[in-house]
Amino acid sequence: MAAWPFEPGSLPDLLPLYYRRLFPFGPYGRWLRYGGVPKSYFENREFSFTLRDDIYVRYQSFSNPQELEREIQKTNPYKIDIGAVYSHRPNQHNTVHMGAFQAQEKELVFDIDMTDYDDVRRCCSSADICPKCWTLMTIAIRIIDRALTEDFGIRHRLWVYSGRRGVHCWVCDDGVRKWSSTLRSAVVEYLTLVKGGEDTIKKVTLGDTIHPFISESLSIVEKYFEDYALVGQDILGSRESWDKVLALLPEHILFVYCSGKNEELEWDRKSCLSRGSLCHPGHPDKQKEIMLQYCFPRLDINVSKGVNHLLKSPFSVHPKTGRVSVPIDLKKVDEFDPFAVPTIRCLCAVSDYKKTSLAPYVRVFEEFLEEMDNFRKGELLRISDSKRDF
Amino acid sequence: MQFYRGNRLKCARLAGDRRGDRYPHSLQFYLQPPTENISLSEFESFAVDRLKLLKVVENLGVSYLKGSPEYKSKLEMELKKLKFPYRALAEEDYDARRKDHLSHFILRLAYCQSEELRRWFIQQEMDLFRYRFTELTEDLIKNFLTYVNLAYNAISKEEKDTCADKLVNSTPGFSGAKVVDMAYYKVPWSHAVDLVRTRRIYLHDGFAFVPHQDLVAIVLNNYRTNLSKALALTARSLPVVQSDERLQPLLNHLSHAYVGPDYSIQKNTGKISLEQIDALSVKSFPLCMRQLHKALRDNHHLRHGGRMQYGLFLKGIGLTLEQALQFWKSEFIRGKVDADKFDKGYAYSIRHNYGKEGKRTDYTPYSCMKIILSNPPSQGDYHGCPFRHSDPELLKQKLQSYKISPTGITQVLDLVKGMHYQLACQKYFELIHDVDDIGFSLNHPNQYFAESQKLLSGGREIKKERNQPENSQAKQSSQKSTPASSTPSCSNTKAEIKLEELEDYFTED
Repeated sequence: MAAWPFEPGSLPDLLPLYYRRLFPFGPYGRWLRYGGVPKSYFENREFSFTLRDDIYVRYQSFSNPQELEREIQKTNPYKIDIGAVYSHRPNQHNTVHMGAFQAQEKELVFDIDMTDYDDVRRCCSSADICPKCWTLMTIAIRIIDRALTEDFGIRHRLWVYSGRRGVHCWVCDDGVRKWSSTLRSAVVEYLTLVKGGEDTIKKVTLGDTIHPFISESLSIVEKYFEDYALVGQDILGSRESWDKVLALLPEHILFVYCSGKNEELEWDRKSCLSRGSLCHPGHPDKQKEIMLQYCFPRLDINVSKGVNHLLKSPFSVHPKTGRVSVPIDLKKVDEFDPFAVPTIRCLCAVSDYKKTSLAPYVRVFEEFLEEMDNFRKGELLRISDSKRDF
Repeated sequence: MQFYRGNRLKCARLAGDRRGDRYPHSLQFYLQPPTENISLSEFESFAVDRLKLLKVVENLGVSYLKGSPEYKSKLEMELKKLKFPYRALAEEDYDARRKDHLSHFILRLAYCQSEELRRWFIQQEMDLFRYRFTELTEDLIKNFLTYVNLAYNAISKEEKDTCADKLVNSTPGFSGAKVVDMAYYKVPWSHAVDLVRTRRIYLHDGFAFVPHQDLVAIVLNNYRTNLSKALALTARSLPVVQSDERLQPLLNHLSHAYVGPDYSIQKNTGKISLEQIDALSVKSFPLCMRQLHKALRDNHHLRHGGRMQYGLFLKGIGLTLEQALQFWKSEFIRGKVDADKFDKGYAYSIRHNYGKEGKRTDYTPYSCMKIILSNPPSQGDYHGCPFRHSDPELLKQKLQSYKISPTGITQVLDLVKGMHYQLACQKYFELIHDVDDIGFSLNHPNQYFAESQKLLSGGREIKKERNQPENSQAKQSSQKSTPASSTPSCSNTKAEIKLEELEDYFTED
């Protein structure tokens, strides 16, 4: 938890310090250059800045990472977004013949936002999060990441805490960055299970056969759900705690689950409990559907499908919480604590920036980059071997 | 494709160069454009034949369930008749395959020009491809896929065993036994987007494991993507081709082409009397002409568009010039026109239609295509195609007033909604004549009349003979007394479209 409550009014003072001392421009530039081939890749990348007083500027582009660094240090944006790599330099898009200025490449991105789970969490709502519901994010990351790597054969994913209430994923494989909007939409649809808005009560329906993607995801959910509902919450401990857990579950789900024995909404929760509730696989399919409705990742297709969509940059500061958007170490995803993520205030309070709590996160980022570099080198070797170039 | 410069109309074909390996398969993706020389007449006839074929594909696709036995047998018949490859197994197919290859590329030139044309062309070509692909055996499929570089690997038995349960769970409706029997192919997932998107496929490491039966959809998708891109490219290089003045008229008109008899000269002129016209308009006129006739009777007048469309139609059914003059005059003087004014103004233009004035061109009655596509009617006009140009509500009322059954009306309106105007008229024919199957493909109002007359006089065969003698196809219209000799539009031997006629056809208005 932050020692001090965060005041957005302090941003104008803190941001210059952050951008001068702490923002990892080195690795950041290496990332977006993607090996430097072609050189225009960085030049044609769109950035957008949100400046103070909510001034928003789009189509920012720079010849190289150093120019980007200088501009950021000059303007001290509240928020930085990364957009697509275009056919021309975005800052010259007005000079280009209409229709010729096209978004060509971009990382495939996902945005998982806790507010999309509001119908299934009672501990918090809207912008709030707590350790209880953060588990939902952990589950989401595990499920999506497994699908991306095992089903789609994707290699380079950067998961990032958004700074407030969700996580982002940046897929950086060379081929994936070229994917069309159709392909991106298709991925999201493949990954989607929870359907329906406010009017839909039962949002997950499983068919007769369960697709491998769902069964794999279910085993992930089951593992966490047990931890979450049974161990973490100790629901068997006391009636009160059990009631609290039950309170997390929407009444109508339990109503459905309890096979509609009670016609009225005022049902007896205890009797429901004794009828073999969540702890016992009395109705396995119903149980699965409930778990999925409660826990399965909810993606915003609009974020993922557009090649030109702008998304908050890693290491950007969240203007409302002061927390930095830091990479998440997949090896330690269960231990990730959003409340331990440094705020700009604590960071700037420390004089030796190398000792700040941002360092471990920068290391995660650098490991990610190293993996990409190694793979790129390996590919070049493979190509030159096949051409017998020595 | 090379075209000889100058006036040479014929040139050497690939004499003696019948390389069998040029077309090793009866099916192709049309990836390589032809590079041989071709005569202009072959250019024309190939294009026209393929256009006929695609129109049949379109008609069959709406009239029958695609892939059903009737659909397949009728399509096979048409392919055979027009001398396109119809049997994948036939070895000595060089001429048909060559024709297939060349005609496809020629039609690309005509059909790349607008979004609507491209969409139509791609749709019919895809349906044709689907039919021909599904006729291939598994071995031929494998060969074909390798040939077009879609070498999707079939997974080995061992691989299948390890993921058997996953395959069963991901392919809906598949039991364990079916999985064992069916061949599965590893396809890059971007080639099977629809299957992946809806999670109807096992996906691993970026590959979709596609069962044999779903392979068609994937190959078709590939075909469509390639064709779409190719058409866009062709459109860009079209100006160069169109500057060749031998090709320009043909290409420009192919996309609007009517490829049947033109009903310009009647063998049985004068067999209709003016007294019969009212009755005929109800029994044997297509709706557009029935509508025009009624408007003429009601208002004693028709505007220019209506006079042209109806006047030429009447000529096509056999009205002589004298009859026509009498017909129009008697009607017009009942209106606001006096005899003198008629003789000075309207009579001239009627004589013009019969080729007795001015250029002395004998104008041809309008085809359905021409009526549907050009000169849409405005307020106060009665010409055009009612299925295309009338408000559906008004159309419905009109059909109700003709005592057509509600089911029938619904069927007609559905076809109208699907923009199948000629099929809607065909349905109208069936309802008016109380037959199940119109038995021909409607493309021309005079054809409607001829067929109707034939039906009513009991002179129609159920099965059409396709072997028509040369002289009957081009210029003919059968009257009530003519023995059964049909000239349905998509039939038989080469239609001889004379380029000059085509020019006039489209400039006279």
